[in-house]
Amino acid sequence: MPETATDLEPVEDFRLRLRSWLADNMPRARRRGAAPLRPRGQMSDEEELAEVAYHRELQRRLFEGGFAGICFPKEYGGQGLTPEHQKVFNEEIWPYDYPARLQVPPMQPCATIILDFGTEEQKRRHIPAILRGDEIWMQMLSEPSGGSDVAGAQTTAVRDGDEWVLNGSKIWTTGAWWSDWALCLARTNWDVPKHRGLTVFMVPLRHEGIEIHRIEMLNGSREFCQEFLTDVRIPDSDRIGEVDQGWTVGTRWMFYEKSFSVSFYVTRPTPPEGSGDGMSVGGDTSLITEARRRGTLNDPATRELIGEAHALSLVSSEANRRIGEAIATGKMSDQGAGLSKIIGGTLGIRVANINFQLAGPAAAAWTEDSRAAGDQGVAFLTRQASQIGGGTTEMARNVVSERLLLMPRERTLDRDIPFRDVPRGPSTG
Amino acid sequence: MELELTEDQEFFADTTRKFLEDKATPTDLRQLRGDPIGYAPQYWRAGAELGWTSLLVSEEDGGGSISGRGLADLALVAHQFGRHAAPGPLLATNVVAAAVSRRGTPEQRAEVIPGLLAGETVATWCWAEPPPRDRLGEVGLSATPDGQNYVLNGRKGPVEAGAHAQHLLVVARAPEGLVQLLLPASSPGITVIPAQGLDLTRRFAEIRFDDVVVPRSALLGDPSATEADIERQLQLANVIQLAEMVGAMEKAFEITVEWAFNRYSFGRPLASYQELKHRFADMKAWLEAGHAAADAATRAVQDETDWAGEYTSAGKAYMGVYGIELVQDCVQMHGGIGVTFDHDMHLYLRRVVVDSLLFGTVSDHRQRLATMLERREAVETNESHEDKEATNA
Repeated sequence: MPETATDLEPVEDFRLRLRSWLADNMPRARRRGAAPLRPRGQMSDEEELAEVAYHRELQRRLFEGGFAGICFPKEYGGQGLTPEHQKVFNEEIWPYDYPARLQVPPMQPCATIILDFGTEEQKRRHIPAILRGDEIWMQMLSEPSGGSDVAGAQTTAVRDGDEWVLNGSKIWTTGAWWSDWALCLARTNWDVPKHRGLTVFMVPLRHEGIEIHRIEMLNGSREFCQEFLTDVRIPDSDRIGEVDQGWTVGTRWMFYEKSFSVSFYVTRPTPPEGSGDGMSVGGDTSLITEARRRGTLNDPATRELIGEAHALSLVSSEANRRIGEAIATGKMSDQGAGLSKIIGGTLGIRVANINFQLAGPAAAAWTEDSRAAGDQGVAFLTRQASQIGGGTTEMARNVVSERLLLMPRERTLDRDIPFRDVPRGPSTG
Repeated sequence: MELELTEDQEFFADTTRKFLEDKATPTDLRQLRGDPIGYAPQYWRAGAELGWTSLLVSEEDGGGSISGRGLADLALVAHQFGRHAAPGPLLATNVVAAAVSRRGTPEQRAEVIPGLLAGETVATWCWAEPPPRDRLGEVGLSATPDGQNYVLNGRKGPVEAGAHAQHLLVVARAPEGLVQLLLPASSPGITVIPAQGLDLTRRFAEIRFDDVVVPRSALLGDPSATEADIERQLQLANVIQLAEMVGAMEKAFEITVEWAFNRYSFGRPLASYQELKHRFADMKAWLEAGHAAADAATRAVQDETDWAGEYTSAGKAYMGVYGIELVQDCVQMHGGIGVTFDHDMHLYLRRVVVDSLLFGTVSDHRQRLATMLERREAVETNESHEDKEATNA
C-alpha cells in the first residue's frame, strides 16, 4: 500500500509541477468524447502495433519524467505517492494522450500481484520494467474448458528439477501477440481439492513451446488470443507464491481484476471536478447526430428512445460511481462490483438495443455514407460480449445474492474431493 | 441516500425516522384511508417543528438548512417519507415555500411563509392540467389582463392538497407569456373537485377557475423569469419525488428479502432458489442505481448546475420503469398476499407509482432528455467547427 507520510510532496505542489511537465512533454489528446477514428477491433495489425509502440513510448516518457507508477513504491521505480496524488494525475492528464493499453491488466492485476506476492528479486526485475513500458503483461487465466470456474484450471505444471514443465491451453488473453509476459494459473496437484492444487507462474510469451493463436470475434476484432502450451519450461524462480497455494494469489488476483475501476494503481483520465467539461454529464450525442442524418429526429418515438438511452446511460454511470465509492471507502464489500455488472446486463443491454433499433435497416447493409449504422449492426452482434468477459452476469448475480444479500450458496459438486475425481465434460479445447 | 452524511444530517434524518416510525405506522396509514385531508393537523405541525417545511426557505424568512445544503437535507426527509409512505404535503409545501422565499415581494413572503413554517397552513403549486392538456408543461389556463388585474379561466389538476391548501401558486398563460400568480384558495370563482387517488393518504383535487379576478400584485417574480422559475420548481419537485421513490423501493426490498429467508416452499427458503436469487440481485442493483440517480439529481439541483434538468429527468425516466418494476417484483415474490390490502407492500407501490406519474411521466422526461441532448449536440457541433477553424488558421 502507498505511504501516507506527511513529508510527501503536497498534492497541490505536485499538481503544478505535473501540469507544467505534461505541457512540455505529452502530446495533446484528440477531443475526448469524440467518436474514435476507428474502433480498436477494426484496426489493422500495423495500426495496432503502432499504437502499442506509441503507448510504450508514452509510458517511457512518464517514467523518465518521474511520473510513472504514482502509487508504486520508490524502490521499484514508482513514485511512492498517495491515492490523492493519483487522483490529481488522472485529472491533469485528461487533456493528453496516455498509455491506455498499459493500464489493465499490466498495472493491475499483474504488477499489483507481483508487488504483493513476488520475491524481492522478482519485484526488482519486473516492476521497474513495467513502469518503463518495457514489459507489457497479460493474464493467462481462463481456459477453454471453463470460463467462470477459474479455479478449475486444467493447465498443468509438473516439477522437473529447478524447472516446471507446463502443458495446456489458456484463452481470452488480450493482445498476447504483442505482449511480453503473462501471469499464468496452473494446476500443480490433481490429488487435492481444486483450490488447493494451484500455483501461479510468470511466463514469457515469446518462449519455446508457446503457440499464440489469434481469435477472430464477430466484430472483426482479433485482440483476444488463445495460447497452446507444449512442454514449456519455466524456472522455479519464476513461480509467484508458494507451490499449491496459488488460490491465495488467485483470490487477490480476482479482486484486483474486479476492482480496477477504483484502483489507484491504474490511470483513468477524469475531467477535473467543477471544470464544467460537458463530458462530466456523460451520455453522448451521437444518437442525435445519427437521427438527424436518418431524418427521424422529429419522430416522437425516436425522441423517446433517445431520451430513454440517455437516461439509462446517465444513471448507469452514476450507479457505477456510487458503487466504486462505496467499495473504496469500505461501505460495501468488494463483491459489490457484481452490481455494476448487473447494471450493465440490464440497463446497458437496453441502451444497446435502442442504439441498434435507431440505426434502422442500414445496420444490416451499409455503404460509406451509412457507416455509423453499420457499426451499430456489428456492435449488436457482439452485444453479449460485455455480459461474458471478466465474469458473466449470471456469476455476478450469484455473487450479489450470496455475498451481499447472504442468501444460501449454490450447491457445488467439486468441493472436498480430489480435483482428479471432479466430473468434467469432454474437452472443448 | 448519500453514502456520506454529516453528523448533523444523520441526526436530522434519524429524528424524522423516529417520528414517522411512531406517527405513521402502516396501521395509521390504513386508518387515514377515508380522511379528507389525509393526515392529522397536529402531525403536520409537529413535522414542521422538525424542519420539514423550512429547509428551502431563506434564513431571512425564518427558514434554514441543517448542512448549508437545504435541498440535500430535504431529500433526507423525503427518503424517510418514502420508507414510511408518510402522509403530508411535503412536496407541494416545499416547492411553493422555496419559490416564494426566492421570488416573493416582502408582502408575499410575510403573507405565506410564516404559516408554512409553523405547519399551520399549506400551499400548493397549480401547474399540471387535466386531459387533454396533461403533457408535462402544457398550460391552457388563461390570465387575461383587465386594468390592474388578471382574470383567470381554466382548469388545474391533479393539484396536491388542492382541497385544503390555503395558498395556490398558479401557472397561467398571459399575453406576455407564462406567469405565476400567488393567490388565496378562497378567491371567488374557484371551485375545488376532490379527486379519487391511488395513494392512501395523499390527496389531490382538480381546481376550476371561472373568472377569478387576481390583482397584478399577485405575480410571483418577473414574468420574464417565469419559465426559468418553473423549470427550477419542476426540478425541486422531481428531486423530492426521486428521494421518496428510492425510500419506498428500499423499504419494499428490505421487507421482501426478509420474506425470502423466512418463507419456505418445498422444504427450502425462497432465498435458496437460484432463479429468485438472481432476481433479488437485479433488484439490489436497481436499488443502488436508484440511490445514485436520486443523489446525483439532488446534487445537481442543489448546486444549480447547467445539467440539473438532465439529472432530474434521467432519474424520473429511470425510476418510473425500474423503481416500479422493483416494487412489482417484490409483490410477485410475496405471492397472493402481496396483492391484498392487509399486506404493507401496496403502501410503497402506491407511493412509487404516484410519484412516477406526476411532474412528468416517464415519457415526458424521455422527451425532455432528447431535447436537452439535442441542444448539447448543437453546442458540440459548433465547438468542433471552431476547433477546425482554429486548426485551419
